[in-house]
Amino acid sequence: MGNKKKIILKLSGAVLGMYLFSFLLVPLYDVFCDITGINGKVTQTKNAESSITVEGREISIQFISHNNEGMPWEFKPSERVSKIKTGAMYETSFYAKNTTNKMMTAVAVNSVAPSNAKDFIKKIECFCFQGGIDLMPGEEILLPIKMVVDNELPKNIKNIVLSYTIFDSNLEHNITTDHDSDHVGS
Amino acid sequence: MSAVVENHHDDHHHGPAKGLKRWLYTTNHKDIGTLYLWFSFAMFLIGGVMALVIRAELFQPGMQIVEPEFYNQMLTLHGLIMVFGAVMPAFVGLANWLVPMMIGAPDMALPRMNNLSFWILPFAFFVLLSSLFMDGGAPNFGWTFYAPLSTTYAPPSTTFFIFSVHIMGASSIMGSINVIVTIMNMRAPGITLMKMPLFVWAWLITAYLLIAVMPVLAGAVTMMLMDIHFGTSFFNAAGGGDPVLFQHIFWFFGHPEVYIMILPAFGIVSHIVETFSRKQLFGYSSMVWAMLSIAILSFVVWAHHMFTVGMPLAAELFFMWATMLIAVPTGVKVFNWVATMFKGSITFEVPMLFACAFIVLFTLGGFSGLMVAIVPADFQYHDTYFVVAHFHYVLVPGSVFSIMAAVYFWIPKWTGNMYDERLGRLHFWLSFIGVNVTFFPQHFIGLAGMPRRYPDYALQFADWNMVSSVGAFLFGFSQILFLFIVLKTVMGGKKATSEVWEGARGLEWTVESPAPYHTFTVPPKIN
Repeated sequence: MGNKKKIILKLSGAVLGMYLFSFLLVPLYDVFCDITGINGKVTQTKNAESSITVEGREISIQFISHNNEGMPWEFKPSERVSKIKTGAMYETSFYAKNTTNKMMTAVAVNSVAPSNAKDFIKKIECFCFQGGIDLMPGEEILLPIKMVVDNELPKNIKNIVLSYTIFDSNLEHNITTDHDSDHVGS
Repeated sequence: MSAVVENHHDDHHHGPAKGLKRWLYTTNHKDIGTLYLWFSFAMFLIGGVMALVIRAELFQPGMQIVEPEFYNQMLTLHGLIMVFGAVMPAFVGLANWLVPMMIGAPDMALPRMNNLSFWILPFAFFVLLSSLFMDGGAPNFGWTFYAPLSTTYAPPSTTFFIFSVHIMGASSIMGSINVIVTIMNMRAPGITLMKMPLFVWAWLITAYLLIAVMPVLAGAVTMMLMDIHFGTSFFNAAGGGDPVLFQHIFWFFGHPEVYIMILPAFGIVSHIVETFSRKQLFGYSSMVWAMLSIAILSFVVWAHHMFTVGMPLAAELFFMWATMLIAVPTGVKVFNWVATMFKGSITFEVPMLFACAFIVLFTLGGFSGLMVAIVPADFQYHDTYFVVAHFHYVLVPGSVFSIMAAVYFWIPKWTGNMYDERLGRLHFWLSFIGVNVTFFPQHFIGLAGMPRRYPDYALQFADWNMVSSVGAFLFGFSQILFLFIVLKTVMGGKKATSEVWEGARGLEWTVESPAPYHTFTVPPKIN
């Protein structure tokens, strides 16, 4: 029965296709999030300087730091809340200290709330762009952020929260960062 | 070898082989259907015992009987076993028994694969259950196994869980391919697609859903496996992955999965309602279109399981409206069942009792589903007992009642004996009362804010939890009566006629009861 073989072949193809599709969902999800800004990750913006124009309105910007479970470092923003002007360059930093007695590598992942502010935050420099932050035992560091909030920021947004979480990249289940380094940097 | 050849030369009335080998080597759709059904029943009892452990612990606030870690394992295994071990194999068993007889085919299209797809299942569940005795215990992260709880923080036995899910998936996929090829290729002449019995239609759609989503589940657990053992970070934020991605992939499988567990039930209930109303089913083609649109819509609603992860408003609105849209074809089906009963000469034998309870209680579960579909309200309902009440209403008096109805409806055809009507009614009423006493109060404690999946709760939830536990034990123990009734029917009872039910429609009622080992070796003539 040729017909039977054809159906079986088609169905097996569908099974294989859907299996591959499930893996395709991983990059698709990233692309989708990138386009829509759903998960609030800010990526390195290419011509961020072009957003530096006339000073616009004043907004409040808040920095939050989190240590992921099992991450012993001291990690906090230098200033928690600032008033900044849209369209103007803004510089701040995060303080990090390796409190352990061994060399460690950390990875920072950021998030923005509200998520629709994501497209208007242009980062020129951020420690979250680097793959990993290496600190010797007891070493401390000031991690710089240079950014500008675009004048086009929707009028209803008056507060922006930037959150950074650091992970111990050597934790047993965590992996090296080069798996998808531009992703880590985002 | 010559013996085998000889067997083939035998005429069609030769019976099955004797002893254990009959079941191990069988390629007969009726034998395999029976195996699936018994396997499902065994899993139903095992998963049921786990549910009773859960309800016993929740009988009173405070920790009484089990350790919280063990409670989590019971919760996880209960869900996995009931979904993959009880409900799905029961429907596959019914498909094996009924689809070939309903379309006038001699057997399933791929009988050896049929044997394989059943016999790998016991191994899958052996692997899953054996994890209870491993270091660190069984999986304890809930049946939805959200990463990173199921990767970074999971017990070592998770790897066994992953392999058992792979095997279950392989079994379902083979079963679905078999059903589709059978339906597409082996219908008796004259049975066009739009003349197929609704159970066959329901299974055709279900099989396509399975083929579309089981590989995605396999992909999800494979990614988990790689995250755990091979240093990838699909779901690990530190390595650039995203835990929310897991939820998207899981529910992309998970939502069609809930329709996989209800579409065959729709088919069963349609047959039973028309038989006991002694009328032709109202709106056959709208039933088919309703099932098709439910199946298609099921692929674009998954994110309603995860409204609280922080989605943009536009996405929440889309998933809310798409979800509510499913109520339309579902409403068409409920309307058609009621319209079929309208002015029918209805009798309430046990299958009809279960079917009527299905229509009422499934609709009730559907309405609570509409409630949780409303985004702003869902922020309150999310992860509370209200959700538990909702999905148990669609799964227990929904899927499970339909399976029980199907067993009562077709068991005279399978065994040649009528079941004991009085005991059957007793079983129905005990189950009906038990289910409602168990799950209805869970709406109240859910709305009052009791979170799901915890072994302990605040004092104000104590009364309704106690009621719920009493109901659970009533429902659980009444299934022993069901086992007794089934065994009694298999052993003997009033002989059934070929037609069994007055005015029953469908090819399966034209063969004698019990159905001979081989049916329709010559395609029947259809008018």
